[in-house]
Amino acid sequence: MTNGHASTNTRPLHNPLGLLAELTHRCPLGCPYCSNPLAMDKREDELDAATWARVFREAAGLGVLQVHLSGGEPASRRDLVQIMAAAREAGLYTNLITSGVGITDQRLNELADAGLDHVQISIQDSEPKSADHIAGYEGAYARKRALAAAVVALKLPLTVNIVIHRANIARVDALVAMALDMGGTRVEIAHVQYYGWALKNRAALMPTREQVETAVARIEPLRKQHHGRIVIDAVVPDYYARFPKPCVGGWGRRSLNVTPAGRVLPCHAAESIPGLEFWSVKDHSLRDIWERNPAFNAFRGTSFLPQPCQSCERRDIDFGGCRCQAFALTGDARATDPVCHLSPHHHVVAEQASIREDAEYVYRRL
Amino acid sequence: MNTPAAAPSIPPDARPRLPRGVRLVHNEAQGGWVLLAPERVFKADQIAAEVVKRCTGEASFAAIVDDLATTFAAPRERVEADVAALLQGLADKKLLEL
Repeated sequence: MTNGHASTNTRPLHNPLGLLAELTHRCPLGCPYCSNPLAMDKREDELDAATWARVFREAAGLGVLQVHLSGGEPASRRDLVQIMAAAREAGLYTNLITSGVGITDQRLNELADAGLDHVQISIQDSEPKSADHIAGYEGAYARKRALAAAVVALKLPLTVNIVIHRANIARVDALVAMALDMGGTRVEIAHVQYYGWALKNRAALMPTREQVETAVARIEPLRKQHHGRIVIDAVVPDYYARFPKPCVGGWGRRSLNVTPAGRVLPCHAAESIPGLEFWSVKDHSLRDIWERNPAFNAFRGTSFLPQPCQSCERRDIDFGGCRCQAFALTGDARATDPVCHLSPHHHVVAEQASIREDAEYVYRRL
Repeated sequence: MNTPAAAPSIPPDARPRLPRGVRLVHNEAQGGWVLLAPERVFKADQIAAEVVKRCTGEASFAAIVDDLATTFAAPRERVEADVAALLQGLADKKLLEL
């Protein structure tokens, strides 16, 4: 295995496996937990298709295997088919992450013909009215179901992504049943992660501990019940966890993210941490950024971590958790993620989780 | 078309193949063979890669076992049990059609 070396030290670098390509921040939906930043890239600043093609070739050269074409809604780009084809041509596994609104049958056919490998459709609830309310878009549920049917008819593998929060957390069984009914071979039961828009809407989205425990306890029985028919992946609700999640598999370790305007980030929320300067694919090659951008090296490895992480047996398992969450909840991006019960700031998480209000959603709008 | 995971027995005339959305690729930077699937990457060791390469939808399970037993000069029964376990495991993860 050939590993690159950071110019600043001799620590071996990992090769990234996945690239999240945010083709645009435009989206017809307004989900209140959107993972896009509050300040979004404008249409006129979006990278053109030729630049994306170069980025995909550079990514493949860096060891990236899979590209996730996302947004916003990637179908808001008229040149989506061209962009997808360029990723496939670079040898990458192509995953289209879509809201399901905005892709015509004809465009889906073109994508399939050009070699699209996999489609992920998000759906907000198993109750159509609730789903449309959460998405902030009348008729979204029906359109998503229609696109899912078209995907399955083309024999493309389908993942159904369902973000879980207070309004739908009681329906985990029904949500998995819906994913099966849609023809999905994989379903993500993804509890909201509180960054960006979700952080803004936290009080309106946050479930109770009891609701979370009930929902989490359903996953294993559902896996047994549907074994061999659908793969159930769960993203845990970390405000109620004892240990933090490993930040994108480690900061600058396994994945990278390119924003619509071309800035390269270790994860989609990284720009919420002040003081980091992210380089753009307009000025640098992807390898240059991966190996040399100080922002990528800022939290690589574990040497920056304080106690209790330094002497913790989980140090190399979860890397002290998520940098963005550490910053959001403690004001210090180097701190132990306060989700960890060993963090001196752990009480903050419980305090924040206890704030629940049935307020109107602040919908995500460009 | 999946049998339960407990006792992997695959009919001799089954013709295993990778479904659309699952691809076996060789990648130097990642150190060898990898099986690419929706949101998943599986490192395949040399043996697993040899097995999966033969899952084209054309060769029968029996023919694949024969081929591997000959190629690697291994006892057929042992090869059959190992390959059945590998293929059933992949099928359970929706990475293979039997």
